[in-house]
Amino acid sequence: MRALVFERNLARFAAARLVSSLGSGRAAGIGPLRLADCDPPELPGPGWHPVRPLLSGICGSDLTTLNGRSSRYFEDLVSFPFVPGHEVVGTVEALATSAEGAVLDPGTRVVLEPVLGCAARGIDPPCEACAAGHTGDCEHVAHGHLRPGLQTGFCADTGGGWSAAGLVAHESQLHAVPHSLSDEDAVTVEPVACAVHAVLHAGLRESEMVAVIGAGTVGLTLTGALAHLAGTGRCPEPSALLVAARHPHQQQVATELGATSALPTRQLARLVRRRSRSLAVGSPSQGSRQLTGGADLVFDCVGSAESLQEALAIVRPRGRVVLVGMPGRVHLDLASLWHREVSLIGAYAYGSERVPGAPAPVRTFDLAMEVAGALRTGRLVSATYPLERFEEALAHAGAAGRRGAVKIAFDLRRDRTPAKGSPS
Amino acid sequence: MSPRPGFVLEVDRSTPPTLFWNGEQFALERLPEGSRVVYAPEPVDAMADPVSAIRHALTHPLGDSEPLPALLRPGMRLTICFDDVSLPLPPMQAPDVRQMVIEEVLDMAAAAGVDDVVLVAALALHRRMTEPELRHALGNRVYEAFAPHGLLTQHDAEDPANLVHLGQTEQGEDVEINKRAATSDLVVYVNINLVAMDGGHKSVATGLASYRSLRHHHNPQTMRHSRSFMDAPASELHTANWRMGRLIAASGVKVFQIETTLNNDTFPDSFAFLQKREWEWSLRDRATYAASSAALARTPSPMARRIFHSIRSPHALSSVQAGEVEAVHEVTTANVWAQQGVEVNGQTDILTMGLPYICPYNVDSIMNPILVACLGLGYFFNLYRGKPLVREGGVLILRHPTPWDFHPGHHPSYIDFFEQVLAETVDPVVMHKQFEESFATDPWYIHLYRTAHAYHGVHPFYMWYWCAHALEHLGRVIVVGGDPKAVRRLGFSPASTMADALEIAGDVVGTSPSLTHLHAPPILMADVR
Repeated sequence: MRALVFERNLARFAAARLVSSLGSGRAAGIGPLRLADCDPPELPGPGWHPVRPLLSGICGSDLTTLNGRSSRYFEDLVSFPFVPGHEVVGTVEALATSAEGAVLDPGTRVVLEPVLGCAARGIDPPCEACAAGHTGDCEHVAHGHLRPGLQTGFCADTGGGWSAAGLVAHESQLHAVPHSLSDEDAVTVEPVACAVHAVLHAGLRESEMVAVIGAGTVGLTLTGALAHLAGTGRCPEPSALLVAARHPHQQQVATELGATSALPTRQLARLVRRRSRSLAVGSPSQGSRQLTGGADLVFDCVGSAESLQEALAIVRPRGRVVLVGMPGRVHLDLASLWHREVSLIGAYAYGSERVPGAPAPVRTFDLAMEVAGALRTGRLVSATYPLERFEEALAHAGAAGRRGAVKIAFDLRRDRTPAKGSPS
Repeated sequence: MSPRPGFVLEVDRSTPPTLFWNGEQFALERLPEGSRVVYAPEPVDAMADPVSAIRHALTHPLGDSEPLPALLRPGMRLTICFDDVSLPLPPMQAPDVRQMVIEEVLDMAAAAGVDDVVLVAALALHRRMTEPELRHALGNRVYEAFAPHGLLTQHDAEDPANLVHLGQTEQGEDVEINKRAATSDLVVYVNINLVAMDGGHKSVATGLASYRSLRHHHNPQTMRHSRSFMDAPASELHTANWRMGRLIAASGVKVFQIETTLNNDTFPDSFAFLQKREWEWSLRDRATYAASSAALARTPSPMARRIFHSIRSPHALSSVQAGEVEAVHEVTTANVWAQQGVEVNGQTDILTMGLPYICPYNVDSIMNPILVACLGLGYFFNLYRGKPLVREGGVLILRHPTPWDFHPGHHPSYIDFFEQVLAETVDPVVMHKQFEESFATDPWYIHLYRTAHAYHGVHPFYMWYWCAHALEHLGRVIVVGGDPKAVRRLGFSPASTMADALEIAGDVVGTSPSLTHLHAPPILMADVR
């Protein structure tokens, strides 16, 4: 069975890095990714189950890795060769159990919670983070009976979603998909879960002004998640949700998902200034950039030096900047962060969340499943490709914004019988 | 030989193409046969001895005013206010008429022993003038005598310590004006009445007012019922200003009004063709047109802007009158109409106009899309008395590049208005309710208005309100040659050529519409019968 395999090959890394400067995703043909015939991975131990992907998304972090531009921080947190793909909706191939303890008949549709925490790694007792339900913060992503890999899709032992051969998943990673969700909705549940976690991790307070920089999948799902959670009383209602979106289609979707205003990136600072009634430092003729006040909370859903600098320019003193988009090594002037006592907060993955009114922590994926269904986030899936056309798919994903797209995914449903739980 | 009056040409087969202004460029358009072209009158004669004429006006006032020297005495507080950089257009060649008038006033004040004299630029909510602009308006001698001592000031509509609330009119309108003026023994206001709208009670009631006061007449309701701004008896804007002016007078503020008119000798010899009728162009005019058009087409916009904004108009003083506000203004208005009035029989289905590079609010600046709208729909559309040139439900076709471009120093709130307000609504009433106050009270805009050279935060709203009557009256507005995105943001239709525009207009006015072209500038006012 065919799968896309990412191998450690320094020459190809270097080539990918070089070519990707012409455009994200353009290096797929010469980089360390290749289409290969693979067997399904072996089950690492009890509690593991084979899963056959139906759809598997291409994430920004995948592109960064394929472009040879991911941080060296991750070098010891992945193992080679690995099959990428951590945004997965698939079917269980045999009788299985879900993370919630439900029995899953063969063929049942599931989404994968890709974090490989202590439970998946057979580590007992679990680390403090996993014990508290914050599996995204697991201390053991490079330990246990699995080779290193912070998630499925970066671990040599589990396989990944970009594979017709399938992958293996621990029962702690499996969530049954309700009938009401299409495959497209379901494949967005993982990024929606990231967004839900970022929103709930940010400590939003009532009537705060929120700015979101970036309107790719991360920014749009965050916008939708925040609007939905606020609308259903699971987080405070912001006074405004302002989204910087470079492309017109992104602006339209952001507005549909609940943004108060969605506007080109260069306009965000002016809108934040006006709504916060703050001043700016310097003369407008000189391109004054730093606001004296600003947004209470800024989500940086890009993770570049430019987006972070913009976030620091528009956040109020003692405000918070939440880094949701995956950054690498960036060159940044942090004087304003120091001077204005701004908090820079990371938001990665998911686990469980505390929400108002709920007696116990709620799984992030449960909330994400609800958000995906309510907002029909499957609409963000702009195009799907077979694995054989991976070069086109990755080039499309790398230029998604410019090409009017949001999420690109691999479609592995060919030659399969309808899955149990698929909408008729 | 007396100057020729205005003229309405009927286009026939032998008519040469008609000149259209196109921002910092020009274009020649062949209009359909049967179209009318309205030309301005030729410049009236300049006053042979302007200084003597000014002196005569000051000593022979109109209305129940005493001559200026009789109003001056030692120990009094004298405040001399003058129109700002928005007048005249283009800026006139030195000496500016304000300089000539103020020098005479100061000579009389000095002769009477008045030593408490302050000059105030009557900015209202316009941007502060720069030092070169003040020097140009007042002359170096006046500037050097007053500015270093802090006696040359610019009205600050956001300085509560220097504003006085004089009361409310019978309509409940707040009248709040410049404190120095309000507490002076005499206010001398020096006007340049470029169009019939200028002057009268509007000088003090608007030029020296605060936002609290201005909002009573600078709003969609008033603007929609000012038909037109050039016809004071039919202008709600003027009615409100007259109410306020009379309250100011009743409050004990004595105003000695000086109004001046200029002839419409608008462009220097190097651009003489711009104020000629096309069939009278000489070989040299045609060559100048061809050469300048070709050169401008290759000139980057900022450079073309610098070239045009360096033009100094040869405008010459054509009349000056002084004394009591209303008596003075009646004579001034008659003089303005004598220079600019053109009788036009009947309205038209389509009105075309080429918009130039300048309007009152972009001197040395960029004609941004909001100003394009304001110049076309606010100013040129309103250059009428009686009825608008274009019928109700008719089409207005503008020619202007309409770039999505703003001067960040002069027009910071315009940028936000364009990006944030017009993105949501082009309805003056809706934006008045939903957005005006937040812009008007925005501390950053206020800071820039007071300390830099920015128009007040509410100013773009006022520009849009100027369009309110036209927006209600017209069936469609089409902009030829404009940036399509910017044009659409204004709520107008873009067209790449005049032929396309006429085809688009056909959807509204049918296939055989009448068409009239307003050949301005030089400025003309249509007396539509």
